[in-house]
Amino acid sequence: MKRLLSGNEAIALGAWEAGVRYAAAYPGTPSTEILPALAQYAGVRAEWASNEKVALDAAIGASFAGGRALAAMKHVGVNVASDSLITLSYTGVGAGLVLVSADDPGSFSSQNEQDNRHYARFGKFPCLEPTDSQEAKDFTRFAFELSEQFDTPVMLRSTTRISHSKSAVEVKMPAGPREPGPLPPFERKPRKYVMIPAYARPRHPEVEARLQALVEYAESCPLNRVEWGDRRVGVISNGVAYQYAREIFAGFSFLKLGMTYPLPAGMIRDFAAEVEALVVVEELDPFIEEQVRALGLEVIGKEFFPATGELTLARVRESAIKAGLPVSHTPTLPHPDTPTLSIPPRPPALCPGCPHRAVYFNLRKLKLLVSGDIGCYAISVLPPFEEMDMLISMGASIGMAHGAKQAGCPDKIVATIGDSTFFHSGLPELANIIYNRGVACTMILDNGTTAMTGGQDNPATGVTLQGETTQAIDIEAVVRAMGVEDLWVVDALDVQGVERAIREATGIEGRPTVIIVNGACVFTPQFQRRPAVTVDLQVCNGCGFCFRVGCPAILKSGEADAKTKRPKAEIDPLLCTGCTVCLQVCPRQAIYQVGE
Amino acid sequence: MNSKKNINFLFVGVGGQGILTGSDIAAGVGLEAGYDAKKSEVHGFSQRGGVVESHVRWGDDVAAPLAEKGSVDFLIATELLEAARWIEWLRPGGAVLVNHQRIPPMSVTVGDAVYPADERILAAVETRTDDVTVIEGFATAERLGNPRLANTVLLGALSTRLDVPPETWLAVIERRVPPKYVELNCKAFWEGRRE
Repeated sequence: MKRLLSGNEAIALGAWEAGVRYAAAYPGTPSTEILPALAQYAGVRAEWASNEKVALDAAIGASFAGGRALAAMKHVGVNVASDSLITLSYTGVGAGLVLVSADDPGSFSSQNEQDNRHYARFGKFPCLEPTDSQEAKDFTRFAFELSEQFDTPVMLRSTTRISHSKSAVEVKMPAGPREPGPLPPFERKPRKYVMIPAYARPRHPEVEARLQALVEYAESCPLNRVEWGDRRVGVISNGVAYQYAREIFAGFSFLKLGMTYPLPAGMIRDFAAEVEALVVVEELDPFIEEQVRALGLEVIGKEFFPATGELTLARVRESAIKAGLPVSHTPTLPHPDTPTLSIPPRPPALCPGCPHRAVYFNLRKLKLLVSGDIGCYAISVLPPFEEMDMLISMGASIGMAHGAKQAGCPDKIVATIGDSTFFHSGLPELANIIYNRGVACTMILDNGTTAMTGGQDNPATGVTLQGETTQAIDIEAVVRAMGVEDLWVVDALDVQGVERAIREATGIEGRPTVIIVNGACVFTPQFQRRPAVTVDLQVCNGCGFCFRVGCPAILKSGEADAKTKRPKAEIDPLLCTGCTVCLQVCPRQAIYQVGE
Repeated sequence: MNSKKNINFLFVGVGGQGILTGSDIAAGVGLEAGYDAKKSEVHGFSQRGGVVESHVRWGDDVAAPLAEKGSVDFLIATELLEAARWIEWLRPGGAVLVNHQRIPPMSVTVGDAVYPADERILAAVETRTDDVTVIEGFATAERLGNPRLANTVLLGALSTRLDVPPETWLAVIERRVPPKYVELNCKAFWEGRRE
C-alpha cells in the first residue's frame, strides 16, 4: 500500500523497520517530527533529550549496550553533539547507530545554513542522502546495517525539503506489537569504549582502515547508481537537488549518489569518461564537486550553481543556462513591465495571547539592551518591538550578556531565554554568571513548552514524549539552589508586574539577578482563553499605544479620531484570546473585556 | 502507458488558516486517484502569523516537490492579499480560487503599509489570468459555525475543476481531519462545490 509520508515520518518508519530500540532528539526544525512519529511504534523507547549532545550520548549508550539506536537533530544541533560524535567515530558502535542531521538550506527556521556533510568527512564516517520519502525510509533502514557492517556511526542527512515534503512510500502494515525483551549482559570492551589517550591512540588507525574499507565499498554501494540517457550532459547529484536536476536536465545522464561520503572515485571516473559535459548539482557547499576536482576531472559546478540558499527548479535552470547547458521547457514569467501592486509584507508575529508580549513591550519601554536566544521570542527583533540586540545560538543569551558587562559595557543588559532553551544549555551559562560574579539580569520566560518547534515537552513540563507523567523540574527551585537570592517570579500577563520586576532587577548592582516569567503558550492545554476584549470607540482617541504591543488581533479601524485624525483601534474578536495586555497599556481605559 | 498530465497546485495563506491540512488533503486525493503526488511546505519560525505556502504536484512521476514560478495550474488562496503576493507563480491562464477574506498583516496594523482595496488586488491577479473565482469561503464557514472551515470550502470549489469524483475527496478528508470535525468538513466541502 502506498501512503504519503513526510521525509521525517519515513525516517521514523525506516528506523522502526530496522528494529531500533532507542531513539532520542532535541526538537529543532526541520528534524522535529521524526521522534513523535517514532514514539507511536511499539517496542521503541523514544525520548526528548534536554539537548542534542544528551540525545547522542544516550544513543551511544544504547548502542554500546547492544540496542540499535538513533539520534535526530537539526544541523546546528550536531554542533552541540559534535564533542561526542567525533570520538564516537573512534569507538565505533555496539549495535547500529544512526545520527539524523536535518539541514536547513535557505535558513527557513535557523540561524545559519551550514552543510553538515562536512561532519562526515571530519569524523570519517559514512553520509547517506535520500532524495524523497521512499528513500528516507529505505536509507534509514540501510544505515543501521551499514553501521554494524563497518562498526561506525552513520549520518543520514536530510534537508528541509526532504524532511518536510511528502511523497509516496510503500508501507507494509506493521505486523503487530513488538516486544523487544531484555538485551544480553553488557559486553565489556574497555579498549574500544573507554577513550583514555592510551586506548584512543590505537583506535585512530582503526578509523583510517575503516575509511579505506568504506572507500572501496562505495564503488559497489547499492545507494549509488548511474542512469544513462543522452551522454552530452552527465549530472552528478544528491538529495533534493537530484529531483530538481532530473526535471531541468530531463533525458540526460545521471550519477545519483545516495552515499555522499566517502565517494566512489572509480564510478565517478567511469561516468565522467562517458559524458561530454560533467556537472555537479548539489545544495550549499561544493562538497562533492571539490572531491571530483581532486580526481583531476573537469566539472561544471559552483561557478554557476549557487552555494547559498536552497536550490529550486528556477535556480537550477538559470544556472544551467548561464553554464551554456541545454535545459527543459522554461515557464513563462510575467513581462518585467507588468504593473505590480505594492504588497505589504507579512512578517511572523507573536500570537494573540502570547506570554512574551508584555516582556518585550516593557524591555522596549525601559530601553534596555537585550541579549536574546533561540525561540519564538526572537520575533521581538521585528517591529513593533525591535527589542533584541544579539542572538547567536541556544543558551548563548546569558553568556553574551555576561561577557558584555564583564568587558565594561555601560548599558543595562537583560538576557531572555525560554524554559526549554534554559534546560538545553542555559544551565551552565547561568552557573557561569553566578560563579564569575556577573551582573546581568536573566529573564527565564517559562511558557510551559518548546513553542517554536510546535509545542514539545521538556524537563520542566512533567510529561515525556511517550506520554508518561514525570518529575517537572521546578525552574525557581533550580535557580535558588544555584544561589541566586535576587529572584522575581511574575505573571507574564501582568504588564505592570513584569515592568516592576525588570526595574527592580536591573536596579541591583554588583550581582546577577533572575526574573522568572510564568505564562502558558497559547498552544498548550494550560492556556486559558478568556472573553475577547473590545474597544470603546467613544473613548479611544487613536493614540496608537495598543498597536505597540504587536498583537495580530488589534487592527486599525476605519474610524479616525476627530481631534488627532488618527485611526482608532479595533479588536478582532475571533483572534483575541482575552489576555488583556492591550487593555492594561491603554492610557484612556478605552478597552474593556466583554462579559467580565 | 497510462500517462497523466502534471498538475501543479499552490496553496497560500496566513498561519493558522489550515493551509497545511488543505494541501495534505489535495496531495492525498492525487495519490488516491492514481497519480504520483508530492507536497512541500516549511514549518517553524515563519508559521507564527506569517505567510504560509504549500506546494502540491500531481503527475506520472513527480520529481521536484515544489513547482516553479510561472508553472502553477491552480493557485488556492485562503486570503486576498496572499493571492496577489503569489500570482507570478501561476502559469498564464491558470486558475485562481481565492477566499474573500482580508487579514491585515502587522505591517499594515502598525501603519507602515496599506492593505490594497479588493478591486486593486483582483486587478493585479487578473493581469495573469481571466480565470479568477472569488469564493465566500469565510462567510460560508461562519454560517456553518466554524470560521476555520474556509479552506475546506475552497477544496470543494477546487474539486469541481478536476477529474476526480467527490467521493474520493470526501474519503481523504475523513481520514485527515479529527473525527469530531469530519461531518462539518464534509458539509463545507459540498458548500464549496456549489460556489
